[in-house]
Amino acid sequence: MNFKTPRPRRLRSAHSSLNAHGEAWVWLTGGSLALAIAMITGLLLFIMIRGASTFWPAAMELVELKDGRAVLGEITGREDFIDRSNGTAMHVARKLVRTANFDITGNHYEWFDEGAIASTSRPEWGTAVERMEGGRFHGFPLRILDKERVVAEGASQTWQAFQEMHPAARKRFREALWIDRHDRGALQRRLRAARLAVVQADLNAGRESRAYLSAVVAEKAVIASVAEQSMALDAKTASLRDQNAGWGVEFVTASGEKTILPLALIVRAWQPNRLSTAGKCGVYFSRWWEFLADDPREANSAGGVFPAIWGTVAMTLIMALLVAPFGVLAALYLREYAVRGPMTTAIRIAINNLAGVPSIVYGAFGLGFFCYVLGASIDDLFFKASLVADNQPTFGTGGLLWASLTLALLTLPVVIVATEEALSAVPNSMREGSYACGAGKWQTIRRIVLPRALPGIMTGLILAMARGAGEVAPLMLVGVKKLAVELPIDGTFPFVHPEREFMHLAYLIYDVGFQSPNSQAARPMVFTITFLLVAIIALLNVSAIWFRSRLQRRYIAQHF
Amino acid sequence: MPSQSTLSREMLVNAKAAHDQAAAQPSADRLLAVAAGHEVPSEVHEQVLAENPVLEIDRFNLWYGSKQALHGITMPIPNNKVTALVGPSGCGKSTLLRSVNRLNDLVQSVRITGDMRLNGDSIYDPRMDVIDLRKRMGMVFQKPNPFPMSIYENVVYSLRIDGENNRGVLDEVCELSLRGAALWDEAKDRLHDSALGLSGGQQQRLCIARAIAAEPEVLLLDEPCSALDPIATGKVEELIQELRGRYSVLIVTHNMQQASRTSDYTAFMYLGRLIEYGPTTEIFTKPILRETEAYVTGRFG
Ligand SMILES: Nc1ncnc2c1ncn2[C@@H]1O[C@H](COP(=O)(O)OP(=O)(O)OP(=O)(O)O)[C@@H](O)[C@H]1O
Ligand SMILES: [Mg+2]
Repeated sequence: MNFKTPRPRRLRSAHSSLNAHGEAWVWLTGGSLALAIAMITGLLLFIMIRGASTFWPAAMELVELKDGRAVLGEITGREDFIDRSNGTAMHVARKLVRTANFDITGNHYEWFDEGAIASTSRPEWGTAVERMEGGRFHGFPLRILDKERVVAEGASQTWQAFQEMHPAARKRFREALWIDRHDRGALQRRLRAARLAVVQADLNAGRESRAYLSAVVAEKAVIASVAEQSMALDAKTASLRDQNAGWGVEFVTASGEKTILPLALIVRAWQPNRLSTAGKCGVYFSRWWEFLADDPREANSAGGVFPAIWGTVAMTLIMALLVAPFGVLAALYLREYAVRGPMTTAIRIAINNLAGVPSIVYGAFGLGFFCYVLGASIDDLFFKASLVADNQPTFGTGGLLWASLTLALLTLPVVIVATEEALSAVPNSMREGSYACGAGKWQTIRRIVLPRALPGIMTGLILAMARGAGEVAPLMLVGVKKLAVELPIDGTFPFVHPEREFMHLAYLIYDVGFQSPNSQAARPMVFTITFLLVAIIALLNVSAIWFRSRLQRRYIAQHF
Repeated sequence: MPSQSTLSREMLVNAKAAHDQAAAQPSADRLLAVAAGHEVPSEVHEQVLAENPVLEIDRFNLWYGSKQALHGITMPIPNNKVTALVGPSGCGKSTLLRSVNRLNDLVQSVRITGDMRLNGDSIYDPRMDVIDLRKRMGMVFQKPNPFPMSIYENVVYSLRIDGENNRGVLDEVCELSLRGAALWDEAKDRLHDSALGLSGGQQQRLCIARAIAAEPEVLLLDEPCSALDPIATGKVEELIQELRGRYSVLIVTHNMQQASRTSDYTAFMYLGRLIEYGPTTEIFTKPILRETEAYVTGRFG
């Protein structure tokens, strides 16, 4: 083709538009990212600061009011509000003081109008005491008593004697507690196992059978040996408790009430106004240690969260172990084997929709299917004795295994979708190259496709773990309990007990924050638990990401 | 083998008949006729038919969905010779190559008629085991496609999938193949690094090494040098020269010099048809068709 008169070439403008440079879009995209980052870091920082500062020993303030009352406490907040009580609106500032001494005043915290405060000071001997029961106590040490006998008198002597005697008393107390909780628990379990063996023999073979008779004999032997051992334990705990009995520290509160606190029931005491920074750090870390390593006390609002950490990590890992093979295999079939058509499209849409089903529905399904159908059949087959004798299901109720399975189901869509993405990102030319070498389908998948897709699959797994670890609603139905100090792993046969109920940090947040009888005292704990949960999830993710980047370096190098 | 020779005879007769038919309409430009959708016979030189074929392509048609990409290709590929496929982009060279080892089975929309025979075994026979078939061939693709593993594992991949784990055998095959593909000197110190860290040209030579590692009966090369610099190209051409006589090579190329330098036979394709096929010297010096001459001398159109 040729034109008679060639069309003149269009002259292009010498100026380039803003659009061509893309500045507007840089600002828009960068701005939305900045907004997202600001919100996320804001939230995380808030949680972190509140969570990390919970255990810092704050200064002890003696607040003297104009009406003559005096309280000793930590000032934890201040706010301006409008007081309309006198008919006219007035701006008033008030302070929130953690007054403690719930058993005396009926409050943990109290608000004081700034106008009503005569003076505040930081008395040297102001002491904060954490007790086993009854919450915190604030006061001044008076003397140490052994029943009626005064052992030490006066603040400084009392404090010195307290610090000398407290660790030993505490050790005895904990030893007795450990015996009660764990050693006696083990004996109880042995008794129960022997009793159930009898019931089982009855069920299996009837009362006339040899098996039944020998089970009865065995039970008698167990009862005898348990009785003997429990006598020994009784003697031991009695002696431990005797040594602690009668020892007490007498305190006087700011308002003048005198109270004797049993020495062994004091978890720890500190005098923040006398502590150096190093000393404060000592208190801080000892409280963190208790938090991480101990069992909870006082309806979870104090003490540690160790069982919950254990439960969260175990459940998340078991869930990942369950969901990974299922999700990857399902995605492999869908992407590599299934013939593409309306059927696969429908399945894909269904899977994507599953990701949007409310998690409580999964919980209900887990309870209905795993616990009541699957678990009940397992009980029927293997654990009938417990059901008959104690009317107590073994697998037929919520537990670690069922919770992990439920969450695996919940996160399955995430893993399938991510795996499918990763598989479809494997270049077809690699598959063809492998087939051209004479490899079969499975060889190609195993040697070429899966290794290349592994980093993407890991991404899916990381997302699934993060989602699963933060889930609460379905867990409430399938095995998470407010308090379950018995870990699903212990020294009694068969050592692993996946049917046991467990504790979970996310549920603990809900429980401590919203179910606690005294939410204000528990609030600092909520932040700390949240902080811990976020940290654990971050730790799991970071290790998975580290693993993934190692894989990535091996399988997806850049080239030009 | 008698069956083969009778077949060659039959094809020869077919070709002759087609030739006569074309001669009946002497004025027609064949390429225009092809473009207009007419059936046009292939010019196949007699020397080709006299050779002992390793691969016989017999009236092979292929459709991508409703679009026909190959039209009645009939061509014998001589044993232990290098055969070059030339033709403009999109004429179906790669498609033909991929049909030989049935890689097109992977494309869902592909439909075929006709057959190919490898040393007398029907390739498209339903009883043919595709995996066995592919093990008898090696292929190098137009774009380098190293596997996501080490250089070493790439080269010995076909041995690995056959279950070969003897370190001595693998080492030897790896070195021989890499030397054959002119990559040994560059790769010998990094055999266990990821193959994806190689440059594009090195990757292509790695793919060549991978293809020859299994000592296939037929080597299918789809523009193996399009990503290579002149030196590497020279080495690969040298390699092809070495393979000549031991392997049957089917090579696609856009480089006419390369075709004339390396190949014994050359086939010219256009829009899914075989136009002319004969000894390379004849195709480049005195082809039967003007159109072929125009294409190989670069005066195409
Ligand atoms: N997967 C596919 N689906 C549909 N059409 C295809 C497919 N692959 C190739 N084709 C078409 O078949 C025809 C032949 O393609 P082919 O790749 O064989 O060309 P070629 O001769 O190798 O070209 P080039 O020299 O550019 O590599 C082209 O028209 C192409 O568009
Ligand atoms: Mg091609």
